Amino acid sequence: MLDGLQEIAGILRRNQLRTWLTALSVAWGMFMLTLLLGAGRGLENGVAHEFRDQAVNTIWVSSGQVSMPYQGRGVGRDVFFQNGDLEAIAAMVPGIDQISAHFYLWGEFQVRVGEKHSAFDIRGVHPGFRAIERTDMKRGRYLNERDVAEKRKVAVIGSAVREALFGERDAIGQRIEIRGLSYVVIGEFTDAGGEGELRKIYIPISTTQAVYGDPRRIHNVAFTLSSLDLEQSRVTAEAARRIVAKRHGVSPQDMRAVRANNDLEEFRRVTEVFSWIAVFVWVVGIGTLLAGLVGVGNIMLIAVAERTREIGIRKSLGATPFSIVSMILVEATIITALSGYLGLVAGVGVVEFVAREAGDLPFLREPRVDLSVALGAAVLLIVAGALAGLFPATRAAKVDPIVALREGG
Amino acid sequence: MIRLSQINKSYLSGEGELHILRDVDLQVERGEFVSIMGSSGSGKSTLLNVLGILDSYDSGEYHLGGRLIKNLSEREAARYRNRFIGFVFQAFNLLSFKTAAENVALPLYYQGVPRKERDKRACAYLERVGLGSRATHLPSELSGGEKQRVAIARALITCPELILADEPTGALDTKTSYELMDLFQEVHRSGTTVVIVTHEPDIAERTERLIRMRDGRVAHESMQAAIERTPS
Repeated sequence: MLDGLQEIAGILRRNQLRTWLTALSVAWGMFMLTLLLGAGRGLENGVAHEFRDQAVNTIWVSSGQVSMPYQGRGVGRDVFFQNGDLEAIAAMVPGIDQISAHFYLWGEFQVRVGEKHSAFDIRGVHPGFRAIERTDMKRGRYLNERDVAEKRKVAVIGSAVREALFGERDAIGQRIEIRGLSYVVIGEFTDAGGEGELRKIYIPISTTQAVYGDPRRIHNVAFTLSSLDLEQSRVTAEAARRIVAKRHGVSPQDMRAVRANNDLEEFRRVTEVFSWIAVFVWVVGIGTLLAGLVGVGNIMLIAVAERTREIGIRKSLGATPFSIVSMILVEATIITALSGYLGLVAGVGVVEFVAREAGDLPFLREPRVDLSVALGAAVLLIVAGALAGLFPATRAAKVDPIVALREGG
Repeated sequence: MIRLSQINKSYLSGEGELHILRDVDLQVERGEFVSIMGSSGSGKSTLLNVLGILDSYDSGEYHLGGRLIKNLSEREAARYRNRFIGFVFQAFNLLSFKTAAENVALPLYYQGVPRKERDKRACAYLERVGLGSRATHLPSELSGGEKQRVAIARALITCPELILADEPTGALDTKTSYELMDLFQEVHRSGTTVVIVTHEPDIAERTERLIRMRDGRVAHESMQAAIERTPS
């Protein structure tokens, strides 16, 4: 075996330029494949990242203006949601996991602690909203049912709020002032969604209703489902929309009076696009690699033609067809395996470099080449290298020593 | 050693069937030194190819060292060539990218002899043909006579029973040719059977027995006293 390799090493050395050019085409193919796979992985990570700060299967039901006459009533009327809508959805829609209403305080509110004050986004929510927004508690706790039931003046604040108002101090148990009313901070959260999310303050929805508006008024309802099935979530969203539409006496077909947005639908749409991109990436990568491999086969074919005489000599000296075939095959495999490996290493290197230097772009995060993918590609390469050598090798085995030895002089 | 009986061989060519060997009967005893002569187209090269198991034949029987050589698989043919026959060609047929020693050692590679042993034996045989100092030279650095000596060393290294030489002196000048024939005679004296195909009468004269081919038949056989070393 070692002997055979030394024999082949001698041959490769003899045809250095040709060997290098062939190797380059395979290395290039492998390089492109790894690069594309790394980029594909980065895109995938990017999508996952875009959606990671909130539950992907949230359905939002919100209100608008009546746009279709229905049951004797005209258009143009505004629809206002109330606590009853939330309760109806919670009671009548099957498969709900978490549910929360929203009460927005429109505009940013001045929030004050002693001399410090700053404007933040304030929302009244139910405890279920924590799961919908995927809020991570850093300190303290989130809102609970009793906070809502008792209309407690408590607040859960984002890290940016704490930083602005308290600096590095712990805010839990401290008081903050919102529009002249004093709230106790019970929790501080972080959120993967970024700076905007961290500038939010959540207070019990009942408190916002009581203090800033109508005690029954809510702006919209959000709920998650226990299932991730797209079809089911579509059906559920429509069911929830109709329940609310009925309560408000608007046409079930009036999509502007009561709207339902299905996050899962968007998520699926985006992931589908990206899974097609992934397929595309593989096709292009494999294609490039294939071009390299055809190159190897081609070069080996030329090599066999060039070496007809040499093969004839070897045969006259007692080389069996098998030894000739294996010589060509191993040669092809060595070229592809070594150069493919180099291409792989270069590709991984570039991907890693980009991952480190370029930072995070939207929809491209942590591009990476999986070890399993790399190994798979390497195995593929060796098999393909052998295949590329197969045809030239069988041709070499058929060389007739008489004809070969007569050639030239 | 060699026993050919009623060997026939024909090729299909554009003008129809070409009968190259017609009922060839031939015996060569162990240790003989034989030359085959004939004009081109007489079938002498085909005969040599059949003898060297490089080519098959249509009918008849060919026994080499008591073994019937007929319908061999490629693998068996390769093995027989490797073990029993040493070739010397007019065009030397050395591998240009291998040194003299590596060329000589090549048949042993196909026998699976370890590298060190191969190198040792290759050097010994190069010594025997008088090229001990040229072991690491490439063929391009050797003269024609030297190349053919390397080829002879390569043919001898497996200790074959039969040396087949196809116009071994065809590409060499007279003086070198005679020196080479001296080497063949030495090989012959050591007990190896040698068959040389040539069209040069003075080369044929230096063998013990002359076989003339004409139109695919053995036309004439004559015994002759091998001329001992001629002072040159």
